[in-house]
Parts: sequence; structure tokens; C-alpha cells
Amino acid sequence: MSKEEIKFGRSKGFFETFERRPGPIKKNMHYCPGCGHGILHKLVAEALVDLEMQDKMIFISPVGCSVFAYYYFDCGGISVPHGRAPAVATGLLRANPDSYVISYQGDGDLGAIGLNNFLQAANRGENLTVCFVNNAIYGMTSGQMAPTTLIGHKTATSPYGRTVTNEGFPLKVAEMVAALESPVYVERVALTSTKNIRSARRALRKGLTNMKEKKGFSLIEFLSGCPINLKKSAEATDEWIEEEMIPYFPLGCLKDIADERDKIIRPIPIFDKEKVTKALLESAGNIKFGDKQTKLRKDLRIKCAGFGGQGVLSLGMMIAAMGQSRNINVSWLPSYGPEMRGGTANCSVVMSNDIIGTPIVIETNILITMNQPSMDKFLPDLATKGILLYDSTSIKPPKTKSRVYAVEATRIALDIGNIKCANSVIMGAFAACLKGFELENYEGAFEEAIKTTFRKKPQLIDMNILAFRKGKDSVKTVNV
Amino acid sequence: MNSEKKLLLKGNEATIYGALLAGCECFFGYPITPASEIAHTAAELFPKLNRTFLQAESEIAAINMVLGASASGRRTITASSGLGISLKQEGISYIATCELPAVIIDITRAGPGLGNIGPEQSDYNQVVKGGGHGSYKCIVLAPNSAQEMCDFTMLAFDLADKYRTPVYVMADGVIGQMIESITLPAPMGRKPIPEWAIAATDASRRNFITSIYLGHDELEAVNIKLQEKYAEIEKIEQRCDSYRTDDAELVIVGYGIISRLLHSAVDLLRKEGYKIGMLRPITLFPFPKTEFKKLALSTDSFLCVEMSNGQLIDDIKLTIECSKPVHLYTRMGGNVPSMDEITNKCREILA
Repeated sequence: MSKEEIKFGRSKGFFETFERRPGPIKKNMHYCPGCGHGILHKLVAEALVDLEMQDKMIFISPVGCSVFAYYYFDCGGISVPHGRAPAVATGLLRANPDSYVISYQGDGDLGAIGLNNFLQAANRGENLTVCFVNNAIYGMTSGQMAPTTLIGHKTATSPYGRTVTNEGFPLKVAEMVAALESPVYVERVALTSTKNIRSARRALRKGLTNMKEKKGFSLIEFLSGCPINLKKSAEATDEWIEEEMIPYFPLGCLKDIADERDKIIRPIPIFDKEKVTKALLESAGNIKFGDKQTKLRKDLRIKCAGFGGQGVLSLGMMIAAMGQSRNINVSWLPSYGPEMRGGTANCSVVMSNDIIGTPIVIETNILITMNQPSMDKFLPDLATKGILLYDSTSIKPPKTKSRVYAVEATRIALDIGNIKCANSVIMGAFAACLKGFELENYEGAFEEAIKTTFRKKPQLIDMNILAFRKGKDSVKTVNV
Repeated sequence: MNSEKKLLLKGNEATIYGALLAGCECFFGYPITPASEIAHTAAELFPKLNRTFLQAESEIAAINMVLGASASGRRTITASSGLGISLKQEGISYIATCELPAVIIDITRAGPGLGNIGPEQSDYNQVVKGGGHGSYKCIVLAPNSAQEMCDFTMLAFDLADKYRTPVYVMADGVIGQMIESITLPAPMGRKPIPEWAIAATDASRRNFITSIYLGHDELEAVNIKLQEKYAEIEKIEQRCDSYRTDDAELVIVGYGIISRLLHSAVDLLRKEGYKIGMLRPITLFPFPKTEFKKLALSTDSFLCVEMSNGQLIDDIKLTIECSKPVHLYTRMGGNVPSMDEITNKCREILA
């Protein structure tokens, strides 16, 4: 008796035996007879080997009958949430552009729960091959309606047949993707006759080659049979696909522009420590420090308020930056959100030689207002011995026992030629008010703060320094 | 002083500084107030260092991109707030079960529902207790300053790698939005790709990352392994700040912005002669049980101050097994308790 000899073995793209499959069966797949997955798995496994993509390939097992695809493929693998394969693929490909990824998805995974993730990945042109298995039914969950179920077809969740008025027409995925600019290749094939399967083999390899050449996004839609849930024999299923599905989902290439596209090249991340620190410092604006800390007689709890767009938030920022440059502990907190646009905006600034407790300023000892509603709202919270500074262009003189300073900030800003520098005029006035606070070289510190705040718009620095100086010279004491 | 790299940064911005210093390679996120400056800063800085910034189509997409990038063995981060975190929960359950490291920033806003964009701490339960389906937990760090937003984000990456688990940095909207000065820590180098990663190499070809286990016993074993990991984390990683608690008759408890208010409240009330101290949990999971149990022996009562409906207080009561009274003071809707509210409540308890 001669020894058994395997002449035509399983593709090396598959494991020799399926050890990941639980139970005693380690040589066969779990798919039903006549199911398209078995055919497509074989095409994929052969292509991985022939195209030499196996080592770098990551096969994403979706949710659906192919959730167990990881039993079979001898390549990297990951199982992912329902519908999210294209998002996971995006993460894999962006983090490691050397990898190849197959997103293998059914009609529920891709066409229903995950449609947005799929379309967005296609539209970003990820360097990805999507194998879309369209069998017009939910297999794993036993025969419910899919987005691609044909009109009139009875399923567990369309027991009277799918209707146009209730569920709409079946989703034409390939056509939809072909209409996007980014994808390079879209083709619909069928896993039925030998001729059609040869065509599917060619299409799959084209998609994978595009990925290998880093040309971007390829979609191959495979019309596939699910005899069990269609309640047909394998043969009758193939006939049904050819007679019912293909007329609605015509086969053929809908888009093929890979040759016109450049390779997707992603740069190599920088980890050089000096370069990292430099990039962060440049962006944050490197504030120069004095050697000694300026001593404040007491904590300054400052509220800046006005209309959104008057620059009250950046006014607060400049004041905070000034404090920072004198080694004072500072905090700045905005009233944030949509009310800033067109409404009133305010921010809290705290300066202290000690650790700052709360950055929220309710009781203020310095109030800066740039419009009447802010004056009305915040003046009651100003300490009796506090300082009020306001834009007297539009605000009426208030009745208060606090020290009051006024400056025609808006008018001065208009004279300078840009209403937007009114906040720097106010800051100049504020610097003049602060004389009693023994801030060492506070004028220099304020001008440094302006440079820091406007570092990303350097053309505005000179104008704001001019506004600052005019504000400093124009402030008027009202009732001291 | 001059040699230190000091910067003025918003809490939200500081998380991205921390991420880049920690060698994070990918940011995936979807804009949401009050967390958006995190995405803005990442969008500016990640490309400058040739790292990946991608605005995802949804929170769901973002967390699944994190799943993919993390599976490839690279440090990765996402950020969101309240309702966006709710959307991410399925993905976070997968990441925890796949035992992948990931860092998630949550700048909590006011809920429930659409709520508003004011600060709250009402994500406590959905962040600290797992939040998604299944028996998993995430490490949760609760910073209270811009400096800690940077430092804890760096720490989060190390903890995520050490335990192969998702780690949250959770702050209220105040901590996210406020600007303070920070000292820039030194950058870390690039981490080597771990052995378990699906790294697109010959050596990693047979790596498989999954959370599907069909056998009941098999899945129970996975669950037990996760619980053992969480027990280990509870043993080693508890962090908290105790302030003037030694002779305290009342210990006030709060995290995030609340802990800064409490710190000032303790100083103020001590001047008035009250024996009061503060315990600030820094890790919310693991909850600083050891310190709470110790203080439960010495103090008369606790006051929990939180910007949520009494979520933190459950952990205090469970930890001390209700051996001492635990009072509650809460504000919600975007309101932050004032100093007067807190100190009056303390005086009332100590009266």
C-alpha cells in the first residue's frame, strides 16, 4: 500500500490545520455548503501568497458569518466591533503605513450599521482593500433583511416581502462608492460560475495590488450565495443570483483610476527630543522670565467682560502673560461656549504669590468692563476697595464707591485705525492703574505679553503696542 | 528658574503637550465643547512632528481608529466629553477586553442628554465603573491643574502600556478650559513595538487580537484574568492627596476643580479653629481605599463635594462600609460650588 500523498494542498495563505477553531474539526471551514465565503476565502489566501503580502497583511474579522475568518488565514488578525472595520483599518494603516489591511465585510456590517465608517474611509482614500460580500440577507443572525435584500424578498424581518414604501430600494454600494472622487478602484463581481469566479479572482488581485502599490482605496463587491437563509440548494442559489440579483446589481468595473494616482507617502514620525521640545516651545510662546518673583501686596482677582469680539478673552490672556513673566502664579478661565459669539463674554484672571485655589472669580478686586451689560452684571461683585476700569466710549459713569478709571478705548482704537486693538488700549490703562501694585518694570512686562499673545499674528504687534501706550497715557481717574 | 521650560497653557492644550512628550503617535477625535482645544492643539502639533492627526467622522469611528492604531503597537490617544464618551463605550469595552493600551481624555460637561457645555463631574459612573458592556474597568486619573493635565497624560501612557488597558484622564470643564503656567517635562523616546502587536512583520504575522471567546469557560477565564489585573492595579496604583487630615474631625473629599476649592476651604476654616482636612482622590479607579479606610478610623465624618448627583459618594460609602457619616454637597447643570457654599456646609456639619 503506497503512502498517502497530497498533490494539491491547501493554499499557504491558510493555516495547515485550523487550530483556532474550537471542537474536533480542524481541517474544514465552518461555512455552509454553497456559501460564497468559502470561495472568496480561497481566493484571498491564494492572493496573499502569490502577491507576497502575507507577512504584512492584517485581516479584519468583522461581525457576521465571517467573524471566524481568523480561524483560517495565516496572517495578522484582529476582530472588531460590528461595522467598524474601516475605522479600525484606518487606525492600523495610519499608525503603521507599512501594513496591508483587508476589511472583509458583509451587507449588514458594511451597508447598515457601518455605512458611515465605510463611506468615510472610502472618501478619505485610505490605502485599503474592502471585500464586500453581498448576499442580500443576514446570515449569522439567521435570515433577516439586509440593506441589499431585493424587493419582494421574504426574510425573517420582512415576512411579507421587502417593499419600496417600507424599506426603500436595495442599496447599491458599488455605485455609491464609484461616485466618490477618492477611491481608485470599484468593481462588482459574482461568486457563481467558473467564469464569474475567475473574474472575481482578477478583481481581488487588482484591489490588493493597488494597496501594495499604495494607490489608495479599492472596493470589490462580491455577489454571494447564502443557500441556508435563501432556503435554496447551492445550485438554485447560484441561479437565483444570476437571474434576480445581477439584473439589479450589474457586474462590471465601475471605476479604475489607480494608474492616474500618486503613491500615498506618509512621513516618518519625529522623536528627536530636542526637536520635540522645540516644536512645543515654539507653539506655546516662550515667555521670558525675570529672575525674582514680583511680590503682590494681595492676590489680584480680575474679571474682564464685554461683547464677544471685543477681545476681552485675549485681554485677560495678556494680563495673565504679564503676570507669568514676573514669576507670579496666574490662572485664566473663560466663560466659554456659544454665548461668546455675539453675546457677552468674560474671563477670570487670578494672580497670586501663593498657589491659586479656585481660578473662578466671583468676588473681584479688579473689574474691567467693555460694555454696559457687563458693567451692570459684574459691578455688584466688585469689592468696595476694588478697582473699576471701563471703556468710557459707550458706558455711562457708574455709581460706586470703588476706585474708578475710565478710558475711551474704542474711540482711541478707531483713531489708531482698528477697533480690534481696543483691548490693548484698556490694557495700557490697566497698567497705569496698577502703579500702586509695585510691579517691577510692569510696562516692559505688558509689552512682552503683547508680543507673546500675538506671536501667531506678528503683523499686529506694533499696532497693539501703540494702542497699549496710548491707553496708558489717556486713562482718567473718575472719582478718586 | 530660567533653565526651566515654563509655558502658559490651557488645560486642554497641556494634554497634547503631555501626549507628544510621551511619544504618542496618533490622535483620532471628533470636536466637542469643552474638549475641542485638545483636537485643535493636536491638529497643529502632531503634523509638525510627522505624527498622525485625523479628525474622525464620529466618536465611534475615533475610538475604533484608536483600537486599530493601538493594535499596531503605537501609542495613541482620543479626547471627548460626556455624550461623546457615551458613544465611545462599545469600543472602549473592546479595547479593555483585547488588552490594548490607549489613552482617553474626558473633559466632562453638564448632562444628562444634550445638557450644556458648562463643567460637571457627572461622567464619574460611566468612566470609573467601566461604562460599556461587560465586566471591565479603566484606570482613571483626575488632574486639577494644567500641569497635571500634562503630567497625568504622560503617566496615563505608561500605565496603559504597563497594564495593557485603557486609561482615562478625566477633568471637569474648568480644568480643561483654564490657563496656567506649567513646567515642560522632558520628552520620552519612542517606545519599541511590543511583541503582541499586529505590526505587519514576519515575526508578528501570527498575532491575533480579539475579544471573542465562544466557550463559556474560556470567556470566564478571560474575565477572571481581567479581574486579577484590576486587583493588582488596586494594590499598586492608588493615588491621593491628604491635606491637614491628621487631627481632622471632618474630612472633605473632592477631585478636579473641587479639590482646589476644598484646599482653600481647609485653610480658611483652620484659621477659624475648625479641625478639618481634605482628601483628594487622584486615581478614581483604583479608588484610594487604603487612605479612606485609615481616615475612617480617625475622623468623625466625611463631606463629599461633587458636581454630579452623588456618584463619588457611593465609592466613599462602600470603601468605609458606612462606618462614619458621609455628607454630600452637590451642584449640577454647569454650576461650580462657591467657597461660601462649601465653608457654610462644613460649619453646619461641625456645629
